[in-house]
Amino acid sequence: MILVGELSLWVALLMAAWTTIVSYSGGHQGRADLIRSGERALYATFAFTLVASIGIWTALFTHDFSLKFVASFTSINLPKVYTFTAFWAGQSGSMLFWCLILTMYAAIAVFSNRQTNRPMMPWVTGTLGVISLFFLMMMCFGANPYERIDWIPPDGRGMNPQLQNPGMAIHPPMLYLGLVATAVPFAFAVGALITRNLDAAWLGAVRRWALVSWFFLTIGITLGMWWAYVELGWAGYWAWDPVENSSFFPWLTGTAFLHSIMIQEKRGMLKKWNVTLVMATFLLSILGTFITRSGIIESVHAFAKSDVGYWFLYFLIASTALSAYLVATRLNDMKAKAELESMVSREAAFLYNNLVLVGICLATLWGTLLPILSEWVSGDKLNVGRPYFNTVNWPLGLLLLALTGIGPLIAWRRASVSNLRRQFTFPIALGVVVFVALIALGMRAPYALVSYLIAGFVMGTILQEFYKGIGARRRMYSEGLFAASMRLVGRNRRRYGGYIVHFGVVVMFCAFAGQLFVREVEPLVKTGDVVKATDAYGKEWTFTSQGLSSFNQLNRKVLAISFAVTRDGKPMGILSSEKRQHVDSRGEDTFEPSTEVGLLESPSQDVYMVFTGAVDAQTAAVHITFNPLVWWVWFGGIMMAFGGIIVMWPQAHRSERESGYVAEMKPRAVPELVGAGS
Amino acid sequence: MKARSKFLIGGAFVLSTAGYLMVSSIDETAQYYLTPTELASKVSDNPRFVKTGVKVGARVVNGTIKRDPSGRSLSFQMTDGAKVYNVVYTGIAPDTFTDGVDVVVEGRLDSNGTFQATTLLAKCASRYENAPEKYKDTPGYKAATAGPRA
Repeated sequence: MILVGELSLWVALLMAAWTTIVSYSGGHQGRADLIRSGERALYATFAFTLVASIGIWTALFTHDFSLKFVASFTSINLPKVYTFTAFWAGQSGSMLFWCLILTMYAAIAVFSNRQTNRPMMPWVTGTLGVISLFFLMMMCFGANPYERIDWIPPDGRGMNPQLQNPGMAIHPPMLYLGLVATAVPFAFAVGALITRNLDAAWLGAVRRWALVSWFFLTIGITLGMWWAYVELGWAGYWAWDPVENSSFFPWLTGTAFLHSIMIQEKRGMLKKWNVTLVMATFLLSILGTFITRSGIIESVHAFAKSDVGYWFLYFLIASTALSAYLVATRLNDMKAKAELESMVSREAAFLYNNLVLVGICLATLWGTLLPILSEWVSGDKLNVGRPYFNTVNWPLGLLLLALTGIGPLIAWRRASVSNLRRQFTFPIALGVVVFVALIALGMRAPYALVSYLIAGFVMGTILQEFYKGIGARRRMYSEGLFAASMRLVGRNRRRYGGYIVHFGVVVMFCAFAGQLFVREVEPLVKTGDVVKATDAYGKEWTFTSQGLSSFNQLNRKVLAISFAVTRDGKPMGILSSEKRQHVDSRGEDTFEPSTEVGLLESPSQDVYMVFTGAVDAQTAAVHITFNPLVWWVWFGGIMMAFGGIIVMWPQAHRSERESGYVAEMKPRAVPELVGAGS
Repeated sequence: MKARSKFLIGGAFVLSTAGYLMVSSIDETAQYYLTPTELASKVSDNPRFVKTGVKVGARVVNGTIKRDPSGRSLSFQMTDGAKVYNVVYTGIAPDTFTDGVDVVVEGRLDSNGTFQATTLLAKCASRYENAPEKYKDTPGYKAATAGPRA
């Protein structure tokens, strides 16, 4: 199976090359046989990549340590689940995994669109073929997971303990599913530009794929935050590290696109902008991959410097040049059908939303690339850290949050005074009430107060929308509260799913503001010592040391410190943090010791404890952090993903009514009956 | 005025605010990112450069790590192959910090030429491991290749 897999990799490479050549020439000459052959070759590329992946999994599970990849990342005593996930733990395996997802997406996209978007499909297929070809080539010649070593070690090195975590097991696949999905809209954009089919036709498919990408990126980024929080021990979840930022860029432009596409659908505006966003999203995910793989920017997440990174750079330069050329030569085909009529309109709100999202993206990109750019310009490497990103992105983020409330409620084209009064009186009132209440409760941090004011406003808009919608259904159809809410969301998935996503965003912003109220202590404790501390809510905590204990567990030796915890005299349970030394199957130490964080989670705050070192058999040094509202970051992430599912869920065809610009584009065979549809 | 131009003015305002924030916070927070050799040459060009906070990327010299038992501070030597600096770091070292790893330290030189670090990042060498020689040196491998033990 391993040999079959290795050969399949090369066959997949040939298939991808074939796909590219015959699809492009088929599209160019309009020959249906070549086009069909290209499509089939793309399916074959997927099939052979799948076989190659199964080969690697076989090697992992049979512990074939003659493969460098298997020996580097697994050992005999590694738990089964991590043996499975070791597939994406190293450079070459993760590249294969990337190819697997890419070819799978390509096959699905081509199969589901082969009838609908006929003229542009050969170019879409060909472009997906080129991208697959690039990744497969890079893997076959640059980072081959089937590479052998000239000796067969009796056991592998094992997996880095920090990666032996459920979050890390599923974070990379989610991120890859998101990053790779940006390739499909990109391919459609190329197809649409080449064939000059730049009206509404290609948008349907592109929007679905952009949603898929957004959905997985959201989950991937949230899981990454969670992993960093529980595993890295610095009590935070986002450090503006280049690697974290890399996944954030395509998320930002993808989010911008999902909003601006609505303006094109309704009003036929922003065509150039949308094509640019689609292409930029893909190019940014390649840029992110380049940053993380090349090691060009110093990051906590280390990635051994390798030549593989530069393949991405060349690919990035080539595809950027091609994209720019295509857009520049097609500007005349992308004339807007309408103009912006008023600053007080949904179009304007969405435009500002796009501006801010892209602004955040550019500011973050600038900060991330500064070491490289400054070295080019002045010869000195300059570097910015968290203060830069926070200073720039807080105001932009709050503006974005406010637009989250304004955009969905303000009228299209030109909002009237009565529209504004009807829609915004309650939300503004709610924001002000929250603001005043927090001041009365003693909150003084200006950033936090402004954040909660805006969050209250946005929450008001969402509540009001649900209240009105549910009320209308109950009156019209005399449904119960539950049935009315279910059907309201079910019948308008895009709209109400979107509100649920916005709800998640508001919750996240509230949680971020909680970081302004972190309290921490760093005591040295002997067995029986009591540590007293006060949190941001003014509650008194005690931590009574239960002493150090050491024991063996699974594939590791553990040294643990435990505390009995009380809050205002009430027992809160036991809090333990561990130093773990992982061992291989012979009991030899592998890797550096890792620290397991002690965590007492609750919606109001987390108590986060890190065992920093043992002074002697009795005394431990610990770091305790009171971390308000972190729980809501995960909740907000779940809500965003949940809203995303609702938006993506396939709609039954009958309720899919097209309106506005899209409806005008479609030939209408049968005149609509008066009053049909609601 | 047309809505379009109003939007452009508003957009320019938003972008220039963002631009201003970017420029001003770079002025306030940007740091030089140097290798030990570059740091040494900066200091010899201009002795007052010592006072500037910098980031230094280097490798830990094997066998020089001395840890305070509380885990709160430690000292080690770092080098880029040409220039060696003593480093004193106060704070919790990351788990990945050990002999021979690449580190990034932030801080400044004191009057004795010792680098007083306020942050210490160590690169976890394993995640996208590419160097095959590296794992041959791990204790587990040496033991494994030494043959079966009683």
